[in-house]
Amino acid sequence: MTDLPLTGRARPDRRPHTLAEWRAEGGYEAVERARNMAPTEIIDMVEAAHLNGRGGAGFPAGRKWRFMPERGTSPGEGPSYLIVNGDEMEPGAFKDRFLLEALPHQVIEGAIITARATHADEAIVLIRDEYRPGIAAVERAIHEARDAGLLGDLAIRVHPSAGRYIVGEETALITALEGHRAVPRKRPPFPAQSGLWGRPTTVNNVETISLVPHILSLGPQRFRALSRTEEGGTKLYGVSGRVQRPGLFEAPMGTTARELIERAGGVSGDGRLRAFQPGGGASGFFGPDRLDLPLDFGHVAKAGSMFGTGMLIVLDGTACPVGFLARHMRFYARESCGWCTPCREGLPLVAKILDRFAAGQGRRADLELLQMTAAEAAPRGRSFCDLMGGAMAPLASGLSMFAAEFEARLAEGERA
Amino acid sequence: MSLSPDLLARIRAASDEHGGPRAAMLEALKLIQHEHGWVSDAHLAEAAATLGVHRAEMEALASFYSLIFRHPVGKTVILLCDGASCWLNGAEEVREELKRRLGIGFGETTRDGRYTLLNVACLGGCDRAPAAVVGRDRRLVGPLSPAGVAALLEDGL
Repeated sequence: MTDLPLTGRARPDRRPHTLAEWRAEGGYEAVERARNMAPTEIIDMVEAAHLNGRGGAGFPAGRKWRFMPERGTSPGEGPSYLIVNGDEMEPGAFKDRFLLEALPHQVIEGAIITARATHADEAIVLIRDEYRPGIAAVERAIHEARDAGLLGDLAIRVHPSAGRYIVGEETALITALEGHRAVPRKRPPFPAQSGLWGRPTTVNNVETISLVPHILSLGPQRFRALSRTEEGGTKLYGVSGRVQRPGLFEAPMGTTARELIERAGGVSGDGRLRAFQPGGGASGFFGPDRLDLPLDFGHVAKAGSMFGTGMLIVLDGTACPVGFLARHMRFYARESCGWCTPCREGLPLVAKILDRFAAGQGRRADLELLQMTAAEAAPRGRSFCDLMGGAMAPLASGLSMFAAEFEARLAEGERA
Repeated sequence: MSLSPDLLARIRAASDEHGGPRAAMLEALKLIQHEHGWVSDAHLAEAAATLGVHRAEMEALASFYSLIFRHPVGKTVILLCDGASCWLNGAEEVREELKRRLGIGFGETTRDGRYTLLNVACLGGCDRAPAAVVGRDRRLVGPLSPAGVAALLEDGL
């Protein structure tokens, strides 16, 4: 089981454990251990374990936690916060749904330990509204843990959200909890300095939080050794799109797409791999030449894409990449919060042009416009958050990888 | 019809639990929707007055969230995923069949008030693509097929 710390205890039918069942599986032992540790000792362990945040950016969790001020050392009054981000909505991502539904006590354990390490007084688990079974499971786990006195003095509650992808962006999420439209904020200040209601705040993804107890239980060396690369632990990978058996696969960090697609039963459709996105909707495409690349944040970035959520989307030889890109851009256009001009105005334009191409009505000038938008709107600093930049990554890489398909669609348009 | 005293009390309680009236606005909208199925102008104004926020602030929030309904919806709301993995697995065919059988398009409600059809962001059901989430308890269904749409609708959603 220890080679699958994250999912090894999950039941095949996904039914969440009662507290008694969870404790019989060793649950909350890590919490007991953490109680006798100083916050810095916990952070030292997490850093030594090389745990990178699993929400998409891959920022080292321990380093993020170290930004949090000790109790009584931040100016002003009020609590510090830990927010567990369960607003999973990136196209291709379905891992947090599983962790929330099937293993809620693992999330609570991680939250208790992380709150201790970050000096947080209150923890809020934000979950998207469509994940009602997950919301119910986590609420029940909190209730059970509270009744058993396991929460100590930590206040913890679930905040069910109400739609909109942008809520999952770290600063937008904070804005949402304060009761505003979920518009991202400029950083700095970072949430650790000024987060929820201006108080020190840490935001971590559900998977990141779920891994924390295992670092304490296994120790940082064994946790690191679960990985094949420098980045510690296992990863809850997912494969969907044109594969025979889409699903989640916990595997050592650094597992290759070849292995993962094989575990998903191989490519469906014509059985020929055309391309894949290694990290969800906002990651640039890889071709079959990247099948043996170890998939972790460092390797994927070095190869020119983004590991993101670690959820692969697979295109076979018969899938229309132009239509696929159009679908993605429609998503990002609709989910833009509308605050920054390049994103609000640029994405609907891009989506409209791609729809035209997909319908065989593309124009050469449009192709140039797409290329220009991908180049001009993507760099950091042109919007408050990474939505636009993220959306432009598959567009830019798609325009070059699928140039022949775009040309073919163009020819159709010119013939018409 | 105004909000029940019990609902108003719960909205006030939410203000304490969520860190003040502003932070409780979304919860108030959700409470109203849970009871009435959607949020009318009158109910929105009443909740705003109860919390002591301007109704324009409440409206700004309500209009932001895709799952706060500002129009009446059917007994069963069908949220059909239009994410890319679902698209790769035939979501468009399922969509067309749903529209045909229900006789409505996205954002519309059947005349008998039974179904509302909405397209939504990736539902996190890519392993069950094409997927949808149906009903008040947001049950995930999938993989859907055009042939399975009839059974889905008869399933007493």
